[in-house]
Amino acid sequence: MKRYSAFAIAREALRQHTGWDRAWAKRPPKSKYDVVIVGAGGHGLATAYYLGKNFGITNVAIIEKGWLGGGNTGRNTTIIRSNYLQDPSAAIYEKSRSLYENLSQDLNYNVMFSPRGVIMLAQTQHEIRGYQRTAHANSLQGVSTEWITPERVKELCPIINLDGPRYPVLGGLWQERGGTARHDAVAWGYARACSDMGMDIIQQCEVTGVKKENGKVTGVQTTQGDIGCDKLGMVVAGHASVLAEKAGFRLPMESVALQALVSEPIKPCMDVVIMANTVHGYMSQSDKGEMVIGGGTDSFNNYTQRGSFHHIEETVRALVETFPMVSRLKMLRQWGGIVDVTGDRSPILSKTPVDGIFVNCGWGTGGFKAIPGSGWAMAELMAKGSSPLTNEFSMHRFREGKFIDESVAAGVAH
Amino acid sequence: MLTLHCPYCGVDADETDLHAGGEAHLTRFGPGASDDDFEGYLFTRKNPKGVHFERWRHAYGCGKWFLAARCTATLEVFATYSAQTVAPPADVRAAITAKRPDWSWGDLS
Repeated sequence: MKRYSAFAIAREALRQHTGWDRAWAKRPPKSKYDVVIVGAGGHGLATAYYLGKNFGITNVAIIEKGWLGGGNTGRNTTIIRSNYLQDPSAAIYEKSRSLYENLSQDLNYNVMFSPRGVIMLAQTQHEIRGYQRTAHANSLQGVSTEWITPERVKELCPIINLDGPRYPVLGGLWQERGGTARHDAVAWGYARACSDMGMDIIQQCEVTGVKKENGKVTGVQTTQGDIGCDKLGMVVAGHASVLAEKAGFRLPMESVALQALVSEPIKPCMDVVIMANTVHGYMSQSDKGEMVIGGGTDSFNNYTQRGSFHHIEETVRALVETFPMVSRLKMLRQWGGIVDVTGDRSPILSKTPVDGIFVNCGWGTGGFKAIPGSGWAMAELMAKGSSPLTNEFSMHRFREGKFIDESVAAGVAH
Repeated sequence: MLTLHCPYCGVDADETDLHAGGEAHLTRFGPGASDDDFEGYLFTRKNPKGVHFERWRHAYGCGKWFLAARCTATLEVFATYSAQTVAPPADVRAAITAKRPDWSWGDLS
């Protein structure tokens, strides 16, 4: 792999940009790999990358039924934060956030991590207590967050309306080193690094069946033929239940649509990420100037990557209350992704009833921020059989009642 | 917008008038059940891509619970029917089989 650098740009400028390589190789699948990862989104590619980087396992294929990063990795609002209440969540999300800090250097690919700061607004007395509790929990967990006053919120985000018609801003939970990153670049950067280690990225290859012998996985049947493997990682987000059914087990999970939308580009007006969970909307401004907006999920099972219109209406209404200046903004486009939501709104990184199959799913409405940490932890789980970051996220926690109850802590979007 | 016909009051209700209640036809395990059965009842879900049976409540209408047979891959609605059934009735089965001849009934057969 030729390294990207200022020197490389200058060199290529002098020869009409004829010397750039493909970022990742296109190779046909081999008949057998040590590890097959299903799903070439951020989480799948990061899992493969850390298998190679941390454990030297490079005989790996990453199989994708669509195109690389074309699922939820390309459909989210790119928010990165780690201000969670429960210890296991804070551990894996903070690992992830801290990996984002140096990810561009690590991958030699600019993921445009922008630690611009994230504010979660408190707009009810209940939220004040909740976020103050989270701030205290975070200081014990070593996650840098802070409870701030409404005046400080206004200072950080001058376009906000503190005296909204329904819910005034009463304070906020501020994470200064949270922010955003370029979602596609995260997938592309990991893919390039994986390909460089000799891993095969096989796109437009759908898994149609899982092959087992004596309760142990031996490979997968795909639209490009059978591929053998010793270990199988299922990292397919919204389709996790569908793939698990093919392997012969079920998950505590439901798939629903979550939508996002962007406005026309405008001049810079907001250099933090704001989440307003009571009125239910969140917003940041992209480098192009578009306001990037997200809200709540639909309530019913759905695989269509389309959401219901009334959720957009609710989200936009919430944001007009919170930021009156957006009331005349035109929306440019809208899209939906299928998110995998578990009973306690926390992810599953786990062994499964089938020996050799590992599952990484259930990130629900907040998976992008977790990509590096999820990959790091999943790689350790697959290579060593356990990881301190994944022990609490077993799929069997529901039987034992050991929930990681962020649905109560975060209320909604997280 | 998803529109479901309420089998009780006869109104074609928009999803904003309805409350989604999750998977239908679950066997309700209680005291004395095995851990597997109880976990399955409370948490494990089919979450199918395709034909799905669901509970819905006509929350901003007659207030009654009813069941719907729907396709999660296309949002097509096959039928809605009474909640006082332990399995999809014959006419609902016929409506689904007519439109999805390859569909296997699995646990519900």
